[in-house]
Amino acid sequence: MYYIDPHLHMVSRTTDDYETLAKMGCVAISEPAFWAGFDRGSAESFRDYFKQLTEVEPRRAAQYGIQHFTWLCINAKEAENVELSREVLKLIPEFLDSPNVLGIGEIGLNKNTRNEAIIFQEHVELALAHDQQILIHTPHLADKYQGTRMILDMLADHSSLDRNRVLVDHVEEHTVGAVMEAGYWAGLTLYPVTKCTPARAVDVIERWGPNRLCVNSAGDWGPSKPTAVPDLILEMRRRGHAESSIRKIVYDNPRMFFEQSHNFQLPDPATR
Amino acid sequence: MTHGVFMNSKEILDREFLEIRGKILEIGAALDRLDRGEGDVSGDPRLSLIHDAIRLAGTKEPHRAERIQLLFSREYDKAWQDKFDLTSKT
Repeated sequence: MYYIDPHLHMVSRTTDDYETLAKMGCVAISEPAFWAGFDRGSAESFRDYFKQLTEVEPRRAAQYGIQHFTWLCINAKEAENVELSREVLKLIPEFLDSPNVLGIGEIGLNKNTRNEAIIFQEHVELALAHDQQILIHTPHLADKYQGTRMILDMLADHSSLDRNRVLVDHVEEHTVGAVMEAGYWAGLTLYPVTKCTPARAVDVIERWGPNRLCVNSAGDWGPSKPTAVPDLILEMRRRGHAESSIRKIVYDNPRMFFEQSHNFQLPDPATR
Repeated sequence: MTHGVFMNSKEILDREFLEIRGKILEIGAALDRLDRGEGDVSGDPRLSLIHDAIRLAGTKEPHRAERIQLLFSREYDKAWQDKFDLTSKT
């Protein structure tokens, strides 16, 4: 089955991973800007990173027939540095017309601090000013519930925000309901220990239904599995879900969400 | 309401009995390992959380996974924006 991985940090992965993804049916990925594993020292480092996301990775992906899309921001962890964040925010508009940019992301919270909240709001304002979609990171582990609720509070401050153009990612059992009921898209991340297993992700899908839900690997430089989405496909098959239902989760839904971005162009894999 | 649950309880138990058994054994073995280790963590709040979570998993109430997640979560304070001196725009 062909699929889209809507959250995958390929700058941290090898070219062999692109080959494996292609063999497993991945036709497109979207790569949000994130923390590199260390705090960068200047806005110029982010300029280079944004060039990597908008120029280098699309070429690397294309060698394996995978279409590469991206989202730009300064991540929540480095957003603690407000001065640096504001310099990076000024850089972002010059990259928004790059053909693979889908919007602003992954913005969010990390430790749920005041500075993170300030920069989150400034990102949302930037997205609204440039008519961009938004991809949101929610915090890890014990901070997730509190941070997700804080994010929903901040989003609610923006009456002009189209909630159908916002995806709140890394939801789990205790946060998916608030996100879905507020009218946003939700993303389930398949990390075996710190987020969701394929079995638990399918449980969430069965409880909440398939609408406005996407599933991703969020593969990066840490313990993660870039081919986790096929694991979910297998789990859904083992439970007897129809192929059309599985395709809705792993292909139709991310496509429907991304199509709201004017830069999203993806030929139908069935006809190419 | 549930969407697309195609296996009945018997089929799920047939499929998952050994997996559940294995996971419970892992928890028991990890707690044994803690006991065998030098020192005393009986006052560590993380251990209390683990025991509370095990109790929650054993109840017959629905949505155990959600309630276990909340047990391991920091509390959300609706007034957080006031505390941060960040006024809501609404």
